Amino acid sequence: MMEGLDDGPDFLSEEDRGLKAINVDLQSDAALQVDISDALSERDKVKFTVHTKSSLPNFKQNEFSVVRQHEEFIWLHDSFVENEDYAGYIIPPAPPRPDFDASREKLQKLGEGEGSMTKEEFTKMKQELEAEYLAIFKKTVAMHEVFLCRVAAHPILRRDLNFHVFLEYNQDLSVRGKNKKEKLEDFFKNMVKSADGVIVSGVKDVDDFFEHERTFLLEYHNRVKDASAKSDRMTRSHKSAADDYNRIGSSLYALGTQDSTDICKFFLKVSELFDKTRKIEARVSADEDLKLSDLLKYYLRESQAAKDLLYRRSRSLVDYENANKALDKARAKNKDVLQAETSQQLCCQKFEKISESAKQELIDFKTRRVAAFRKNLVELAELELKHAKRGWAQWLMPLIPALEVRSSRPQANMGNLQLLQNCLAVLNGDT
Amino acid sequence: MAAEREPPPLGDGKPTDFEDLEDGEDLFTSTVSTLESSPSSPEPASLPAEDISANSNGPKPTEVVLDDDREDLFAEATEEVSLDSPEREPILSSEPSPAVTPVTPTTLIAPRIESKSMSAPVIFDRSREEVQENIEEEANGDIFDIEIGVSDPEKVGDGMNAYMAYRVTTKTSLSMFSKSEFSVKRRFSDFLGLHSKLASKYLHVGYIVPPAPEKSIVGMTKVKVGKEDSSSTEFVEKRRAALERYLQRTVKHPTLLQDPDLRQFLESSELPRAVNTQALSGAGILRMVNKAADAVNKMTIKMNESDAWFEEKQQQFENLDQQLRKLHVSVEALVCHRKELSANTAAFAKSAAMLGNSEDHTALSRALSQLAEVEEKIDQLHQEQAFADFYMFSELLSDYIRLIAAVKGVFDHRMKCWQKWEDAQITLLKKREAEAKMMVANKPDKIQQAKNEIREWEAKVQQGERDFEQISKTIRKEVGRFEKERVKDFKTVIIKYLESLVQTQQQLIKYWEAFLPEAKAIA
Repeated sequence: MMEGLDDGPDFLSEEDRGLKAINVDLQSDAALQVDISDALSERDKVKFTVHTKSSLPNFKQNEFSVVRQHEEFIWLHDSFVENEDYAGYIIPPAPPRPDFDASREKLQKLGEGEGSMTKEEFTKMKQELEAEYLAIFKKTVAMHEVFLCRVAAHPILRRDLNFHVFLEYNQDLSVRGKNKKEKLEDFFKNMVKSADGVIVSGVKDVDDFFEHERTFLLEYHNRVKDASAKSDRMTRSHKSAADDYNRIGSSLYALGTQDSTDICKFFLKVSELFDKTRKIEARVSADEDLKLSDLLKYYLRESQAAKDLLYRRSRSLVDYENANKALDKARAKNKDVLQAETSQQLCCQKFEKISESAKQELIDFKTRRVAAFRKNLVELAELELKHAKRGWAQWLMPLIPALEVRSSRPQANMGNLQLLQNCLAVLNGDT
Repeated sequence: MAAEREPPPLGDGKPTDFEDLEDGEDLFTSTVSTLESSPSSPEPASLPAEDISANSNGPKPTEVVLDDDREDLFAEATEEVSLDSPEREPILSSEPSPAVTPVTPTTLIAPRIESKSMSAPVIFDRSREEVQENIEEEANGDIFDIEIGVSDPEKVGDGMNAYMAYRVTTKTSLSMFSKSEFSVKRRFSDFLGLHSKLASKYLHVGYIVPPAPEKSIVGMTKVKVGKEDSSSTEFVEKRRAALERYLQRTVKHPTLLQDPDLRQFLESSELPRAVNTQALSGAGILRMVNKAADAVNKMTIKMNESDAWFEEKQQQFENLDQQLRKLHVSVEALVCHRKELSANTAAFAKSAAMLGNSEDHTALSRALSQLAEVEEKIDQLHQEQAFADFYMFSELLSDYIRLIAAVKGVFDHRMKCWQKWEDAQITLLKKREAEAKMMVANKPDKIQQAKNEIREWEAKVQQGERDFEQISKTIRKEVGRFEKERVKDFKTVIIKYLESLVQTQQQLIKYWEAFLPEAKAIA
């Protein structure tokens, strides 16, 4: 199938190469640099080549690569989540599973329907689908990379042993995906967790900072979820509209080639225009997808991770308070006091440790979020402008006079002239 | 360019304005819009948004002298004359207009004729001064100039007997109308009645009568019932636009314009209700039966096509029909998706606003609210674009699909005509045989009868032949006219549509440019 990160049809903007820092502003330092240098898509799995450059003593070499699959990323993520020591940190959200099903189905359908459409249409649609496939591919690589980078940038998580094994062990980690039973267990665990979360969240927090954060995160998370879904729908409609241009272009082309009057050249030109339009619109929708939808999706997951952190903290607070109560009871009854004391002390320590790191994590979260939004919104606006100005102005504007000339239709009306003049000025200013 | 022509007496300054502009742009191939050059022209002459241009034949198509000349003359012009948008001026491309005219006496009238009218040749002073009579004609003000608008839909009556009345406004300088500007109220069935009258008179002799908009039971019922929602307003608007285009196409046809029924439709304040247009009426059922019979006949008639031109044209129209249908489907899909996009953008805008509200970093919150505003404006843009998509592009295509059906109908009529002629010939042959038999059997009275019949049938054969020739000739002319119209129509509409796309992009640029500094301001 498609191999590596070659430049396929020019579907995505050039910025995509730097997808690494797309959603997070990370400072990569020399001590540990991780990236995904290559990726291969096979039948139903994707193989990522994880490349590490490190000056840390823990590793045998300074630079090495291993091949990993999606399940191994998930295993790594889960190991963080289950590790009690990391309860006080926001665990970087796991990358979503690579999902090429939809794209593959479309390619298959296209292959089946090959006989029913003209050669040009077929090639066009094939190119389009291939570009789509490539885009999804690039995105999934980026998501996995971001996960690793976040872990590498985190002062505590980067020292995790599992992480090092993940990076270095050049044989298969033998991590199998969860089987049905485990998935069911997970499901129940989640249910219990959410129920617990509801109970625990009822406890009012003493600390204002955390109380505020909790309310904020709850609301924010829900709104991000909504915005992410709507943004997704919007970009998808945009894409369908762009696809329509494709079909219109083909029909116009057919009209042009079959027509005998002098309008045929006109049709051919217009069909060309629609083709170009479609490419632009497709890029616009792809950029919107990348800068807006993906951003929102990522922060949906991040805010969930932050919520999880708060939950863990509240849980430990509740445990702490329960331990206090138990201690009081034990003291009152004068039974198992030592045990109760130890347990209370443990809970206290745990709670304080979590609170401390959680505060820092949440502040970092905000900084990261603001920076990421800024970067993406600015880039979104710039890309939209670029497409509107260059693409349209360059192709559409000169075309109209050309068409006009052919149909000999002077535009004497001032309004139109100004329109044309403006566009020409924009063009000149842009180049 | 303007240089080639003598500027019309009016508005001398104007043409030069355009020279300046033209120098700058090189966009304009030739002429100038007489539009501008006729600022003082009386109202009717100006370009209202909905007008129609006059085409082809002038007031007296039957005038033998000019007949062919005029056709050619105007035929050339028609290509140049623009249709719908007020911005379009009549243009005369570098194609020399053959016998045209114009000169002084006319130039006085010229501006009046202006715009879309095909008096374009008149206006454009090519120095050929043939056709003086032509000029005389024009000078009399009998220039083909008529604009029609359909507006102000009003609901009349209540319940199931309610109907929508539309105001039909005519502005014209043609002498055959009693006034130069007048309006009447008509309802949808009146339009259908007009069409059926015109069709019954002209279709079978080969004229392509523009088809009327289709009935829609669902749409009308909603309106009758009084649902004031957007879909019924959309329906009414769609119908209004369709009726306008229908009338504009009809009056553009020089022969149909002369028809008294059309005149009555446009002028008289009271019109007898066209009951025959109702689907369930006696006439309606008769129509359906006829249609079925026709379909069967079509399959059985095998015509010996002596003229390859007809066969070729029929094939062409078949292809064109298919292509247009396919294109129409795609454009409708586009309209649908764009409406969807608009709805989704609006939803996203709201959602982004909410997100901005809950964001506690002030600058980011502000930026998100701005984003929400931008998206809302973009949603408006999408809606307008969808509107344009539909009314310009999609409706044009569906109009032409129906027109082509009318063209095919005309070809079918020709076949029927041929069939009649053929039948007459066969009957004549039989009668001759019968006569011969009578001769042999020597029955004097029967022979006389046979001779009478033979004479009768000879006449019929001749008539049939004449009819057939006539219809063939008319069809050739009509098809030629149709093709030119089609070319013009498509070019105009598509260009207008492209311009709407351009404008959308311009707006998008403005919005995003306004947003960018806000995004950059996030600290």
